[in-house]
Amino acid sequence: MTFEELEQIAAETRENREKSPRELNVCVAAGCLSLHSDAVKKSLEEEVKRTGATCRVRGTGCMGLCSLGPLVASEPSGQFYKSVAAADAAEIVENLEGAPVPRLLCSREQPFFQRQNLIVLENSGRIDPEKIEEYIAVDGYRALVHALTEMNPNEIVQEVSKSGLRGRGGAGYPTGLKWGTVAKTAGTTKYVICNADEGDPGAFMDRSVLESDPHRVLEGMAIAAYAVGATHGYIYVRAEYPLAVKRFGTAIREARRLGFLGSQICNTKFNFDMEVRIGGGAFVCGEETALIASIEGRRGSPRPRPPYPAQAGLWDMPTLINNVETFANIPSIVRRGGDWYASIGTKKSKGTKVFALTGKVRNVGLIEVPMGTTLRQIIYEIGGGVPEGHKFKAVQTGGPSGGCIPEQFLDLSVDYESLRELGSIMGSGGMIVMDDSACMVNVARYFMEFCMSESCGKCIPCRSGTAQMFELLTRMTLGTATARDLELLEELCDMVSSTSLCGLGQSAPNPVLSTLRYFRDEYIEHINEKRCRAGVCECGSAVGVTA
Amino acid sequence: MNPAPSVKTLMIDGKDVSARADQSILDAARENAIPIPTLCHLDGLSEAGACRLCLVELKGTLRLQPACVTLVEEGMEVTTQSPRLEKYRRMVVELLFSERNHVCSVCVSNNMCELQDMAKQLGVTHVRFPYRYPRLPVDTTHERFTMDHNRCILCTRCVRVCTEIEGAHTWGVFGRGVDAHLITDLDIPWGTSDTCTSCGKCVQVCPTGALFEKSKVGMQSQKNPDFLNYLNEMREIER
Repeated sequence: MTFEELEQIAAETRENREKSPRELNVCVAAGCLSLHSDAVKKSLEEEVKRTGATCRVRGTGCMGLCSLGPLVASEPSGQFYKSVAAADAAEIVENLEGAPVPRLLCSREQPFFQRQNLIVLENSGRIDPEKIEEYIAVDGYRALVHALTEMNPNEIVQEVSKSGLRGRGGAGYPTGLKWGTVAKTAGTTKYVICNADEGDPGAFMDRSVLESDPHRVLEGMAIAAYAVGATHGYIYVRAEYPLAVKRFGTAIREARRLGFLGSQICNTKFNFDMEVRIGGGAFVCGEETALIASIEGRRGSPRPRPPYPAQAGLWDMPTLINNVETFANIPSIVRRGGDWYASIGTKKSKGTKVFALTGKVRNVGLIEVPMGTTLRQIIYEIGGGVPEGHKFKAVQTGGPSGGCIPEQFLDLSVDYESLRELGSIMGSGGMIVMDDSACMVNVARYFMEFCMSESCGKCIPCRSGTAQMFELLTRMTLGTATARDLELLEELCDMVSSTSLCGLGQSAPNPVLSTLRYFRDEYIEHINEKRCRAGVCECGSAVGVTA
Repeated sequence: MNPAPSVKTLMIDGKDVSARADQSILDAARENAIPIPTLCHLDGLSEAGACRLCLVELKGTLRLQPACVTLVEEGMEVTTQSPRLEKYRRMVVELLFSERNHVCSVCVSNNMCELQDMAKQLGVTHVRFPYRYPRLPVDTTHERFTMDHNRCILCTRCVRVCTEIEGAHTWGVFGRGVDAHLITDLDIPWGTSDTCTSCGKCVQVCPTGALFEKSKVGMQSQKNPDFLNYLNEMREIER
């Protein structure tokens, strides 16, 4: 594959589209699909056929505003329809030209769309994820061809370093540094792994990227493989994401067909191929050493680091392991340069971050904003604020490893360092907004239950410590806890985070610690007054019951 | 023959010591009569890094490191005893006691139990956490041995000895979190296992009364894992 051939495919695809410019794009990613967007697509197709209208009906990826799905975009008129039902098909097709259907209209001029800055999601909802030609038509695979034919591996590592990109899985390790380490480590065989075992409650960024623009991740992985000297790649996707597995499988087949995977890619000596590995439903397999063990066919439990996977990873070989979103940033960085990427964001956190905005906000969906955007902008401008009748209480970031941030910090900019200072973490990008109907003790208990049941059981602090913390939190929500239980809980938080083997245990106390930091009075009320101000816990009714 | 690894000098608890570059902090400390408590570690088996008792403080790093898997480095300054470490170690033992049903007075390994010894050594006089009292089975189907899940601390020494020394791969871990437990083969009664060679190595390495030989009581049930070093040495010579 050369630039000329790539350009030819792109030109042909664009030409075909221009022949019949009218198209109806229906979101067929998991969010809208769960609202039966497949039925919408089918009835639109039938309607087009019946009326003989010159219009193509395409299934595309996520358009972002998941709470108003199924979403349909009519091009080139730019009409954008929300909550479309199969029965609306006739009306939509009838009004392809001219006047839109006001009943279904949803403005794209609202802050939800205007405030975003799309890099990872630039093609999401705009191309058919199952057609490689459509990806090529929007400059897809240009970065790979450019990297292979015009750059040497070190130049790519330098470009990624310059971009300031940091691991989007949550910990924020500098991506360029990791790539450089794997590139420099001696080894006959090296591997590239994409971690798509997204498991935080409320998080669906990686799923949407894989469902909406799988080639982007594949291209990023191929560039990474060239940069570090790897010949084989794996993408580890959880089994609960069947659509992502299917679409990525299609992407691999299509990429092989056009020679972006296989041997002598782009007539160079670079060989690279990859396969999908499906996870068995354990959250801990998102931890890199457990993930590697799982790919090797062993029980998915973590091992102590060092050695880090960069030195001894999959089958003891140097292994580069990055998150879906990290890889998805790579094609843009290679195409537009590290300096361009570094111009977005804050001093220490560059680029954009995709968030899955959920909970008590008007606009639930997938968003991408520059690092440094404030929580208030995300929740109130993009998210549209908390629905009427309730008051904002806290926003949870980082899932079971993160924490709850109260109202007084809403003007803080979102980046790795400032979230950590507040006792939370960036995490993979789950953002759950809570209003005054949420009890913070109960929230902490919920996340502790999650950590307890997802602990692999290998090290004692995480296995037994999370179970004890869950028991103590349960007593509080039942109104049977004493002041001593709170002391024990705090002692356990310190011990479990300091002594656990892997990140799961080390961060498991975070939801408790952050709620204790900002909502300690709620804990005290549960213990001393047997009262839950949100009315969630039935601690009052349990007065007199002893533990 | 590989060239001899280089020698590093480091400081453990204020004492200057030397160690080969391929030695762990735990090895180096024990050679120099500096005790570090362990439960999952056993000389002759691979390391699990699971019990977290051997965590030590390293100068220059905030995070505690397990001495069993951390290799020595030149100029390292290791602290093996501190109020913080001692507190965490006691809590590990407390968490182990509260997790399953460790009732010493009716245990075959009473007075010959590494968990019991560890509690005494660390000064654990009582357990502050609520006992979980899970209902756990006892597998008596094997002709010679018994597995009592109530006493198991999931150190996985049996899993490792069965895999690494005997090569039978009979023992494995099943389930997650507090539900994690040992199984034989694909979770079948031990007595019906096709892979078990009845060698008894798992029993000898078990630190508690979880694995024991039937009809052995009192001092007769004393365990002896010394065969490990002997076997490893003999195999080294053969190689």
